[in-house]
Amino acid sequence: MPKAKIYVTFKDGVLEPQGKTVKAALEKMGYKNVKDVRIGKFIEMEISDGDKEKIKKEIDEICDKLLANPNIEKYTFKIE
Amino acid sequence: MNKKIKFGVIVFPGSNCDADCLWAIKDVLHQDAEFIWHESKNIENYDVIVLPGGFSYGDYLRSGAIARFAKVMEKINDFVNKKNKFVIGICNGFQILLEAGILPGAMLHNKNLKFICEYVNLVVENNDTPFTNKCEKGQVLKIPIAHGEGNYYCDDKTLNKLIKNDEIAFRYSTLKGEITEEANVNGSVYNIAGILNRKKNVLGMMPHPERAMIEELGSTDGKYIWESLINFIKKS
Repeated sequence: MPKAKIYVTFKDGVLEPQGKTVKAALEKMGYKNVKDVRIGKFIEMEISDGDKEKIKKEIDEICDKLLANPNIEKYTFKIE
Repeated sequence: MNKKIKFGVIVFPGSNCDADCLWAIKDVLHQDAEFIWHESKNIENYDVIVLPGGFSYGDYLRSGAIARFAKVMEKINDFVNKKNKFVIGICNGFQILLEAGILPGAMLHNKNLKFICEYVNLVVENNDTPFTNKCEKGQVLKIPIAHGEGNYYCDDKTLNKLIKNDEIAFRYSTLKGEITEEANVNGSVYNIAGILNRKKNVLGMMPHPERAMIEELGSTDGKYIWESLINFIKKS
């Protein structure tokens, strides 16, 4: 059964407090090479077999309607 | 008009300020109020719809993201477009209005990542609205907040539109009404605590006016908002 792997992340201009906090922690732990951290969501979805283009269109719709909030988030996905 | 105003308080799975709203409206303000289950589609007979605070659907995915697809929400747009109909979304209710696109913007985690439960000061930015007509412009209200995701975000274009159209109702301020970074408890853009739609019949706010209704609770400033609304409806 194919799986959709969906990544929902904050848009570039949006300040993301979780990532900032994790970055500060990593800095304190001595990881000086970490320049920025952004935390997002990973969603894995099992989908029924079928026309790949149709499935892609449907996942776009699912992301636009529910999984991502276009005011603050963007998304990418792949089907495996 | 001496008829009582009819409030409907929507109950989602996970709402937890619904009973407080009902109490504030019935026991303190002496108006009619009843609960509306989220699967109901009959909201047209109410004057005011209240979207209460809480954690609808466990705040899963994003606060309000799932509640906005509840059956009752399908009717909200029609309701808002009618004359003399009002919607107030408090805390989670505000988040639901944002997710539904009835108000612009979105909520992020508080800047300090903490759930903040405390009294805050709000300055009344616009007192020429159905929800604030009993306030003075610049008046400071003491009303509590209780949220983890109340860090209001919108892009510059939206913010300029909110300012230009007088759609900002309340901003986090000091006791004297000064807008400072320190007073901005959750990190909201422009210290925004509450906004209105263009038509001014929808208000979304993070602070809880239903929790500031009697002296014993530490403040009665929440009454300004409900009484403004009652005043406005009775006059219209």
